[in-house]
Amino acid sequence: MLLINCPLCGPRAQAEFNFERPVETIIGVDVPTAELVERLYTRTNARGPSAELWRHARGCRAWLRIERHTVTHVIASVAVWEPQS
Amino acid sequence: MSGFRLPDGGRIDRSRPIAFSFDGRVYSGFAGDTLASALLASGVMIFGRSFKYHRPRGVLGAAVEEPNALVTAGQGGRAEPNTRATDLFISEGLSVTSQNRWPSLAVDLGAAIGLAAPFLPAGFYYKTFFGGPRLWLAYEHLIRRAAGLGPAPSEPDPDHYEHRAAFCDVLVIGSGPAGLAAADAASAAGKRVMLVEQDILPGGSLLRDAATVSGMPGTDWAATVCTRILSRGGRVLTRTTATGYHDHDLLTLIERLVEPGAAPSAIAQRLWRVRAGQVILAVGTIERPMLFTGNDRPGVMLSSAVRTYIERFAVVPGRRVIVAGCTDDMTLTAESLARAGAEIAGLIDTRKGDALLAAQGAPVTAVTAMIAGRKQQIRCDLVAMSGGFTPSVHLHSQAGGDLAWHDGCGAFIPSTSRQSQLTIGAASAAETLADVLAQGWCAGGGNAGDAPVTNAPASSWHGTAAQPDVTPRKAFVDFQNDVTASDLDLAWREGYRSVEHMKRYTTLGMATDQGKTSNIPGLMRLSANEARAPAEVGLTTFRPPYVPVTLGVLAGEDGGHHMAPRRRMVLHAEHERHAPLWQPLGYWHRPRAYPRAGETLHASAHREARAVRTTMGLTDVSTLAKFDISGPDAAEFLEIVCATTVAKLGIGRGRYTFMLREDGMVMDDGTVWRLGETHFLLTSSTGGSDRMDAHLSYARSILAPKLRVAVVNVQEHWAALALAGPQARSTIEAMTGAAAPRHMGASAVTIEGGAGWLLAASYSGERAFELYLPGDRMVAAWRAIETATLAAGGALYGLEALELLRIEKGHIVVGAEASGRTTPQDLGLRKMLRGRGFIGGSALARPALQSVDREALVGLEADSAIPEGAMLLSERGGTPIGHVSSAGERIIGSGGIALALLQGGMLRMGEQLLVSSPTRGIEVPVRVVTPVFYDAAGDRYRD
Repeated sequence: MLLINCPLCGPRAQAEFNFERPVETIIGVDVPTAELVERLYTRTNARGPSAELWRHARGCRAWLRIERHTVTHVIASVAVWEPQS
Repeated sequence: MSGFRLPDGGRIDRSRPIAFSFDGRVYSGFAGDTLASALLASGVMIFGRSFKYHRPRGVLGAAVEEPNALVTAGQGGRAEPNTRATDLFISEGLSVTSQNRWPSLAVDLGAAIGLAAPFLPAGFYYKTFFGGPRLWLAYEHLIRRAAGLGPAPSEPDPDHYEHRAAFCDVLVIGSGPAGLAAADAASAAGKRVMLVEQDILPGGSLLRDAATVSGMPGTDWAATVCTRILSRGGRVLTRTTATGYHDHDLLTLIERLVEPGAAPSAIAQRLWRVRAGQVILAVGTIERPMLFTGNDRPGVMLSSAVRTYIERFAVVPGRRVIVAGCTDDMTLTAESLARAGAEIAGLIDTRKGDALLAAQGAPVTAVTAMIAGRKQQIRCDLVAMSGGFTPSVHLHSQAGGDLAWHDGCGAFIPSTSRQSQLTIGAASAAETLADVLAQGWCAGGGNAGDAPVTNAPASSWHGTAAQPDVTPRKAFVDFQNDVTASDLDLAWREGYRSVEHMKRYTTLGMATDQGKTSNIPGLMRLSANEARAPAEVGLTTFRPPYVPVTLGVLAGEDGGHHMAPRRRMVLHAEHERHAPLWQPLGYWHRPRAYPRAGETLHASAHREARAVRTTMGLTDVSTLAKFDISGPDAAEFLEIVCATTVAKLGIGRGRYTFMLREDGMVMDDGTVWRLGETHFLLTSSTGGSDRMDAHLSYARSILAPKLRVAVVNVQEHWAALALAGPQARSTIEAMTGAAAPRHMGASAVTIEGGAGWLLAASYSGERAFELYLPGDRMVAAWRAIETATLAAGGALYGLEALELLRIEKGHIVVGAEASGRTTPQDLGLRKMLRGRGFIGGSALARPALQSVDREALVGLEADSAIPEGAMLLSERGGTPIGHVSSAGERIIGSGGIALALLQGGMLRMGEQLLVSSPTRGIEVPVRVVTPVFYDAAGDRYRD
């Protein structure tokens, strides 16, 4: 179980968090169908650094951006989600 | 009857004799004895029968690595099967039974299989399955009876378990000399220390091999160090096994507060989750067996185990002993045996070219050996063998660490670490006690000059037994799974040359001992066959748990009704007055039906549903998911989530709506109400409430962060009831003194002192009103409406009647029709879809979703009841073309009706199909009809 350092709550067990999705699969409404299929279904399962959207669902409920290595599980950074333009 | 107890010595308490039974016969031992030591002292040599061939087996080891002596400890719900006799400390009254024997341990008919050993070669199951089903049918009966371990208990476990979390700076696994020195140094440096030991006593090898440490007997030093750690605020957990090393230095420990089979005074076992700053693995080694014919015979034991029985338990397992090995360790064992008065019948030192060829008898009576170039047969009643020592790398590997081959050990040792783990002591191949103490002290942060000192003479345990030139017959590699050297050779000849393939094909290392004694010998065999270095052949993956773990301790406190808190609706007591049948729904229990005395569920549901159709019915819908959505951009936000129009709703109006996942499948449905210009109420299904909450939050925070909108989960703020039926309007109006809203209208309402909303929505197909009041104001309103309903001849109705009503009306439900695999088109909701701008909209254009062959919603009619969940066929024996998603019966009139998902959907209108449920033995002919069976025009509730 990962130890995630929530910027608002401090280090907490993974059990308090929900993994939501890799950042590149955050898809706005009305993207063309072909692009949606590519980004949802035919994407690469990263081996290495991965930028991900998490939520401290059983804690402060903040949405978080976590940079995690998918092989070693080393977490490079945890930040409160900044809305993208 | 060869084992005996020495008159004095050992770390047992002779003032506390303990009586226990083994297969019904009473034995006695002393406090501090394991089952194995107590039985060996009583002369017992045969402990069980082997897994596949039912060969008689004795004790091989003296701790958790034991593959042979597996027993069932305790009785009834407390029985713990497959417990290692070497890892079970006896308690007064303990009842133990042997396993896998019939009718008894002494006379086992299954052993006849052993005579036909070639009958179950490597890959037996694979070959049998590929040989066709007939072959399997022929063998199955025999196999199921013959192969097995102890049976799982059939009664409920009466014991309690708990989970506990802990943190520390330094977690030390293993309290041998290395671990003790490390923990002592770390705690002296002010670190928060946890020291974990799987045995009942600290000391590790000091319990077996006497030595002076820091000027005192080793075991006294161990006790002193533990006291010191405790006095500095550290924690020492004995009888606790580290079973898993997980991510980010989280370890799971299993603490046994009582021994298997014994009755606890409080908690039986505790699961610790420890997050450590640093983890020091001082886990020692496990001795390997040697490879020779009959190496599994009772009386053939590991060399260090023999020494443990003599030195720690004062039990000599045999009187005339062969000592065989490949390291200096065999000398220690021979000396120990001699001191204990046993006769050394022969020393077989493979370093001098000697070889142990075969053991005979059960228990063992003689061996055949090559000593000093002469082949001879020697009488004996015990063989102490050592094929070398394997450092325990399990936890290091689980933590993602790499391994390196170590020629001295003839095994792998930890190399680089991925997490904060450090392996020390014998597990890192360190040899002498002085080295181990110094290494441990420094690992704990101490100065090398201050390390504890010892007078123990240097002795080497490195070494490995050579592979025999010719594969010996019936030479076991994996004792627990009955895998022989010839099995491994056969697998190799058949092409299983990767270590992972060999493992699966032969089942090597797949038993409950997970190959603790067999992994390296198996690897050596493969390496010899492949003519490749063992380091190149590699090892299979180590996974938690290190030792078998009871399901009880994994469940912890969360068993039975503690599994999940039972949530009660605010009207729970109101329902309870009518003694309903309860049904779990989401987190709650809701009334399924309110049967009268003597009434069946079916009859009750029909009576309740009929009341709705003819007068009125009252039901509790408080558990529905509800969201209050407000702000200038509330309508815009809802149109991102909902696939139907929302923005065009007038104030005080509502509509049916549904939400899609990103892949275009219907996720949930409900109603949306515009309570004010910028204020909406969204309802959705009970079971999907958490999912919808997360979905709305995602849409709000991630997809549309700039919208000016607030989303509040008001599921448990509003209690809700629904009153449905021809008399619903007049009843509500009498209650409120005001005109009730028309269909899909909403109005603010005050009723019995509670202020809330009255929503005219119909799920049942009748005119109906949903009343939303704050939870603390609902009871009075419910009582008043209940009184009016019953006085008018209406009824309370539960989930079962609700199902009948909505199926007849053709309303879909999340989980049945909206199964997660159906689009709005599939469910006949296409006309309600907006063009774009909502989640899931783009995905609906995927070509595969346009196919007319997709399963789509239809109605089914039959003369009799239609089985829910059954498949749809064009004709008997045909390929399934759909399934019945919800089935009911006509409420007024008769006949079975159902909603179904059918390939081609309404294109099959009017077709005659067959509903078939082979598991229930039911076949019903059905007609495909439109999925609305009642008041298709909606005249019953429209204004």
